Amino acid sequence: MITFIQFLITGLRLGSVYALIALGYTMVYGIIKLINFAHGDFIMVGGYTLFFTIPLLMGMGLPGWLAVIPAIVICACVGVLVELLAYRPVRRTGNSLTCLITAIAMSFVLENLAQAIPAIGPDPRVPYTLFADTISVGGVSISHATIITIAVSAVIMVALYLFTQKARIGCAMRCVSEDKSASTLMGINVNHTILITFAIGAGLAAVAALMYVSQYPRVYTTMGATLGIYAFVAAVLGGIGSLPGAMLGGLLIGIVQSGANTYISSSMSDTFVYLILIVVLMLRPAGILGKNVGEKV
Amino acid sequence: MLEIKDLHVFYGAIHALKGISLTVADGELVSLIGANGAGKTTTLHAISGLLPAASGSILLDGTDLQKVPANTIIGLGMAHVPEGRHVFARMTVEENLRMGAYILRDQKRISENLERVYGHFPRLKERRRQLAGTLSGGEQQMLSTGRALMTDPKIVLMDEPSMGLSPLLVKEIFSIIQELHKSGITILLVEQNAKMALAVSDRAYVLETGTISMEGPAAELAADDRVRKAYLGA
Repeated sequence: MITFIQFLITGLRLGSVYALIALGYTMVYGIIKLINFAHGDFIMVGGYTLFFTIPLLMGMGLPGWLAVIPAIVICACVGVLVELLAYRPVRRTGNSLTCLITAIAMSFVLENLAQAIPAIGPDPRVPYTLFADTISVGGVSISHATIITIAVSAVIMVALYLFTQKARIGCAMRCVSEDKSASTLMGINVNHTILITFAIGAGLAAVAALMYVSQYPRVYTTMGATLGIYAFVAAVLGGIGSLPGAMLGGLLIGIVQSGANTYISSSMSDTFVYLILIVVLMLRPAGILGKNVGEKV
Repeated sequence: MLEIKDLHVFYGAIHALKGISLTVADGELVSLIGANGAGKTTTLHAISGLLPAASGSILLDGTDLQKVPANTIIGLGMAHVPEGRHVFARMTVEENLRMGAYILRDQKRISENLERVYGHFPRLKERRRQLAGTLSGGEQQMLSTGRALMTDPKIVLMDEPSMGLSPLLVKEIFSIIQELHKSGITILLVEQNAKMALAVSDRAYVLETGTISMEGPAAELAADDRVRKAYLGA
């Protein structure tokens, strides 16, 4: 029983991090139909920002977790720059394939840039471990990091969902994702809306970075690649373009990985992740919550 | 109110509009008729800034629309009901209408406009919580039209409002257009259904492969032999 609870909690924690990252993939895909392969690397940018700013803030007598604020700001800026400098110009002249290749290229650019800058790479860094204390409930020991990860992710996911449903900019994002020319006719600035989407997605990656490094305190230049792939799979599993889908997909992948690690073998966990992906996509090609709303004409 | 002079538009390599000029005066209902591919939709897209013009001018109350970003044009009092409705299918009817008032900040005015639109289209009120994608073609046309009225525009561009609708619904849509016209809204109407368009319009232009071949009072054009042969099936 204790093993089961432990597995479930670990799964939820891991899944929450994937879900936060998957939201970034799914939002950008929803709005410009692009798989932003550089999104995983925003986590790396967030990770290094945390590595540098946590000691700085603690030196000033402030709590280390406040470093998430500069991490969000820097990630959002990087996200906006990637869209402005790479995706937007390519989108104007190229097709979806050139955009996809640009996204892959941006991922390498960010990773290689991080390796080339002496202050950052190439060796892994160990950030200060936050929320390291644990509490024990009925024989199950849970770290503060775990509780905070699950709670913060849940709050962010609900807030983001409400934002897209109720807020003026959130509604504009939904409009742009459906129909750009009609959005323009409504008075929506399509390019600004896309930039805001990139900023929010990258900001979420920064929060995910904080959650991740407080559990696995190691920051390295390719850390975003692996995490990014799992989150991308989560987004596709849940139905890319759907926010609840990304959340569900993320949690599902976390729980599957944790289950495979606990009950089968850690070397098999990836096999199960992809097995589930294949089975779900065979049964529901658009993903679990993929959008299939028909349009009558 | 709207004044277009010598407008040239290229659609890729195709010279889609070869120097058209037209005017729409305050309170007028003007229609632009012509065959498929004549350039009717292209004209409206150029006016709304969805397509760049190669040369010529498009003035709305003296403002050159080519010099302002496309998304600010609605703020100048011009709304556009696009061809094929273009409703936001995954949003509810009411969300669609509220997006029509995106540029307004005054909640009271938005609610007033919403009620006014529901007054024009009671069916939309009945279905306000339904997803727009699940509406019938006629209802989507009403929604797209209602959405364009949410800012209380001075002029509305309407692109093929009767397309794909049953004869009964075509009548209903045209009676709504007349109703809007009577309420003082200026309308530039693009239609393939020349008969209906000429019946409700004050004036009309005939567009033929990118140039205006005829223009005049709608009643005169409807009586013209060439128009009757080519567009009215007489």
